[in-house]
Amino acid sequence: MIEAKVKHVKPAVFYEEFFRKGTGQRNTHYCPGCGHGTAHKLVAEAVTDLGVQDRVVFCSSVGCSVFAYYYFDCCNIQCAHGRAPAVATGIRRVLRDAIIISYQGDGDLAAIGTGAIVHAANRGENITVFFVNNAIYGMTGGQMAPTTLVGQSTKTTPMKRSVESEGYPIGMAELLSSLKAPVFIERVSLGDIKRIFKARRVIRKAIENQVAGRGFSFVEILSPCPVNWKMGADNARRWLLENMEPVFPVQNFRDRADDSRPGRGNKVKEVSDEEYYDLFHIEEESSSCVMQTKHTVGTQSVKIAGFGGQGVLSAGVILAKAALYKGLNSTWLPSYGPEMRGGTANVGVIISSSKIGAPVVDRPDMLIAMNGPSLDAFEESVVKGGLIFVNKSLIKRKVAREDVRTVYVPATDIAKELGLVAAANVVILSIYALCSNVIDIDTLRKIIPEAIKKRNLISINLKAVEAGVSYYDKTRCEV
Amino acid sequence: MKDPERVVIAKECCKGCELCIDACPRGVLEMSEEINSSGYHYSVFANKKDCNSCTLCAVICPDMCIEVYK
Repeated sequence: MIEAKVKHVKPAVFYEEFFRKGTGQRNTHYCPGCGHGTAHKLVAEAVTDLGVQDRVVFCSSVGCSVFAYYYFDCCNIQCAHGRAPAVATGIRRVLRDAIIISYQGDGDLAAIGTGAIVHAANRGENITVFFVNNAIYGMTGGQMAPTTLVGQSTKTTPMKRSVESEGYPIGMAELLSSLKAPVFIERVSLGDIKRIFKARRVIRKAIENQVAGRGFSFVEILSPCPVNWKMGADNARRWLLENMEPVFPVQNFRDRADDSRPGRGNKVKEVSDEEYYDLFHIEEESSSCVMQTKHTVGTQSVKIAGFGGQGVLSAGVILAKAALYKGLNSTWLPSYGPEMRGGTANVGVIISSSKIGAPVVDRPDMLIAMNGPSLDAFEESVVKGGLIFVNKSLIKRKVAREDVRTVYVPATDIAKELGLVAAANVVILSIYALCSNVIDIDTLRKIIPEAIKKRNLISINLKAVEAGVSYYDKTRCEV
Repeated sequence: MKDPERVVIAKECCKGCELCIDACPRGVLEMSEEINSSGYHYSVFANKKDCNSCTLCAVICPDMCIEVYK
């Protein structure tokens, strides 16, 4: 009979809800079968059980694990690509009691950040580094990583990695164990249940070492990446066992936890404020530097927003190229999430008759909202008297503001009739061309064959332009 | 008597990584035929009478979708 809920609750260091995509999100953004989900949970459990949550500073890397701060309820720093060990070093110098965890992927730690990790290890910093090795660049879409196996095919090694042209994979655990300072180096695997429980113990030990002030601990975690290895979750785990483990042996490389030599982390010399001021000849706070920019005239900034796959970014490309074609200056700055599928995307385009300084669009003159969340997110940012295009096929509400002009276009419906939902962006652009004096419709017709990479979609996109024109003629969209 | 619902799986959170199925020593979990709103087959508590509430499935689940009762 059911008497009581049994133990195993979510580790306390995880937030109750993950706020990444609105409230109520309970699972992580990782793909099915991804090792990051498991590794996150193991680290979270260790931190919770050791009771150090309030002291943890979590340094996350660039890569799929970039969003660790949405999950871990502790101090978080999202470090520059590959520099998490350097950031961790800095924190170690100023926060003596902090438990500093650096969590990095193979593209981050073994490629761009090789220097940072080698020197942090060589200094024997009292930090804990978790290195998630999945032999591929996950977030960017499956390119070759330094740890990619010989014979493994990736986006950038479609003919398979060969020793002759790309060399051998790097074993970071082996590399670091050639250094004198680290106290603990081990490689674990997430290839099956038994190994996951082994990894759990090792991860715990690596954090315990730091709590005890022993010094640098490094755990390499072999992790499956089913999506980029192009296989199911269970096959990915099998592939890991059969192919990765022979190249990256799962073993302990060093354990000097019982060594009586104290860790470096607690021996850094204290420097007082006065000494600093003296050292750098600081007399008083210097006045802050004000950057001055000249207001540019004849500039129009455009924000196009929607979800991935709606052609948001390519609409920006078309617009920016059309402006260049007209002899204007333009910039194109996309913004999108790291997920391989879905998610939201937006792009800022600035078109100007004079030189453009920063490409950032904070206060757009015009907004193209392709879906509801985009209108919610950017409606307020449009300047007074600005223009908002609403894709009324997907957005059921009206624009709430009264100090802007609005155009409602059933762009997705029009595009659907043409047989390509993704052409909704071009429908709206053509109406924009007719409404505005920035680009004209003939320019758009000329630019589309240049701007669209998939040749077979050019004709349908040109049809979308004409569909936009006839909609405009029919309805005379009042602007 | 009806077998108790010892394992409760939040099917909308499940991504179908099948770790819980591998973890269960008694094979009480199965993948569903249906898909959830995210498009994944999810884990279901199938062979209810074999479960002894060992919680291994809940411990291993990377998305914390599983609750176990005794």
